Amino acid sequence: MSGRIKPVTTIALIFFLVSAVGPLLVSSWATLFALILAKGIVVLGIILLLQAGQVSFGHAMFFATGAYTAAFWGKYVGGGDIVLFIALGGITSAVFGLIVGLFVVRYREIFFGMLNLAFSMVLWSLLEKMFHYTNGADGIRVPRPALLGLSFTPETFQYVILYVSLLIAVVAFYGVQRYLDSPLGHMLRAIKSNETRLEYLGTSARRVLLIGYVISAFLGGIGGTLVAIIQQIATPEFGFWTKSGEFVFIAILGGSAHAFGAFAGAAMFECVRFYAAAHLADTWQLILGVVLIVIILYAPNGLIALRQRYGQAKQGGH
Amino acid sequence: MNSTLAILAILDGISYAALVFLVSVGLSLIFGVLRVVNVAHGSLYAFGAYLAATFSLAIAPISPWLTYPALLAASIVIGVVCGGFIERFLLRPLSGQEDVLQLLITFAAFMIMDNLQRLIWGVQPIFAAEPLRLLPNVAVFGVSYTSYQVILLPGVALATLFGLRYFLRRTLLGAVILAVTEDREASTAIGIDAKRVYFVTFVIGASLAALGGALASPTTSLVPGMGADMIVLSFAVAATAGLGQIEGTALTALMIGLTRAFVIYLQPEFEVLVPYLLMVLVLLVRPFGLFGAVQVRKI
Repeated sequence: MSGRIKPVTTIALIFFLVSAVGPLLVSSWATLFALILAKGIVVLGIILLLQAGQVSFGHAMFFATGAYTAAFWGKYVGGGDIVLFIALGGITSAVFGLIVGLFVVRYREIFFGMLNLAFSMVLWSLLEKMFHYTNGADGIRVPRPALLGLSFTPETFQYVILYVSLLIAVVAFYGVQRYLDSPLGHMLRAIKSNETRLEYLGTSARRVLLIGYVISAFLGGIGGTLVAIIQQIATPEFGFWTKSGEFVFIAILGGSAHAFGAFAGAAMFECVRFYAAAHLADTWQLILGVVLIVIILYAPNGLIALRQRYGQAKQGGH
Repeated sequence: MNSTLAILAILDGISYAALVFLVSVGLSLIFGVLRVVNVAHGSLYAFGAYLAATFSLAIAPISPWLTYPALLAASIVIGVVCGGFIERFLLRPLSGQEDVLQLLITFAAFMIMDNLQRLIWGVQPIFAAEPLRLLPNVAVFGVSYTSYQVILLPGVALATLFGLRYFLRRTLLGAVILAVTEDREASTAIGIDAKRVYFVTFVIGASLAALGGALASPTTSLVPGMGADMIVLSFAVAATAGLGQIEGTALTALMIGLTRAFVIYLQPEFEVLVPYLLMVLVLLVRPFGLFGAVQVRKI
């Protein structure tokens, strides 16, 4: 396949083009696509860890860290700029990811997942109960930031944040692709297939996983900052375990074999939520649950694999 | 903190621990045998509570004493119907697949049940305190407390603990369950129906979650979100104890219940933090839990 553009990458390009152009035609799509892209960035991090065979059931903690970084800046410093928020959100989550990562990369599978969950629930209870600093369950409002010193009206702002999200999503998508294709990325995959052999080759599996974990926390933080800016609020629910479950859900829905699965899954998830919430009030969760069950039972490799399977069937299947 | 408050905290802790134990031990049992973390466990708890409240509100006008069998009936109905459905139609087709898929399909069940619960029972809090009011208060070292919470709940928890021990170690079906847990292939080879064992175990575990909910329903108002809170809490207890440890789960539930009760009286804002902080601290030192057996690591 080298030298040729892979079919999944083509779909990814089409998707990014649609999210750039579509909202210009339908203005209600601007926020929808911004959310899809922001969540897709978080799920990229989950997919990264899934390459190593590890499922983090606590990734919402980095999502919440990114969101609250922006919220705290708005509350205690005031003002703020999108670039500043994203840089700060990314850095704090990466640092937090490094600290948590130093502990969790020593464990695998269920223990890895459990420890992540435990850390995220500690963060959630702190956000929920440190009322004086976090406003408890009400969360903190995130005032509309400027971009490089320019401030916008709400109508323009939804496009500004859309294109900022799009830019970051494209860069993150490309970066994660490159990372997974690099020697470091291949070592990350080796943790899933044969960790013992990786160690025999003289590599520290823990260090390989730690690097992946910090990148994944960084992506989670950036996604969280973006969502906080888009929705103009950060609440403890951003760090609750159901949020972590939602991210793993999106990763499996889209397909964890390829970085684009993150965006395919996020698009499906947010569209179902957006339209089901509008037309069938109070049942979007039910619908998403059924969709997830159907995907797991009949297409366990996710949406992007459906296309690949179709492609293979055309070639006579192998 | 004076002695009255201390006794009150201890009684609170015991009655809370009894409920948490029932739910956690079900989760632990399911994990021990099926190797699946049942994310829908909290929803089974919530469904048990709501159905029990519906039953007891319906039957109380006939005779208030019938509310006790109603609680039991509700938990068995939920355990068999919902638990049976999840095992038979969601988990069984996935046996042998990746763990993450099994975990996620129970997450899907959680989402669906969470939504159904709101559709069936609404979002307004429901109270059904009849079983609690029927039993008299008792005085423990001069502190008056409901005997439902301080005698009945711990009694049911202890009966469950010893019942499960007896069932698993002294009965044929229990021995069969242990055999499948130990070595599925070998036990299938000697003619044990492993699928049936998984089904029965899941239904028992699910019924315990529903029983926890049913028994909790008279003591608290039922609100949406109670399932989501309970699943992480019971998971924290089960993981701190070591997944699959029955006696360990009881001790850990007691430990977390008591710590939480004292924290409520001393530093109420840290109440929710306690179980998770304990979980982090224990798992960092002993990832297999306080009472779990050391497992051989891949490296």
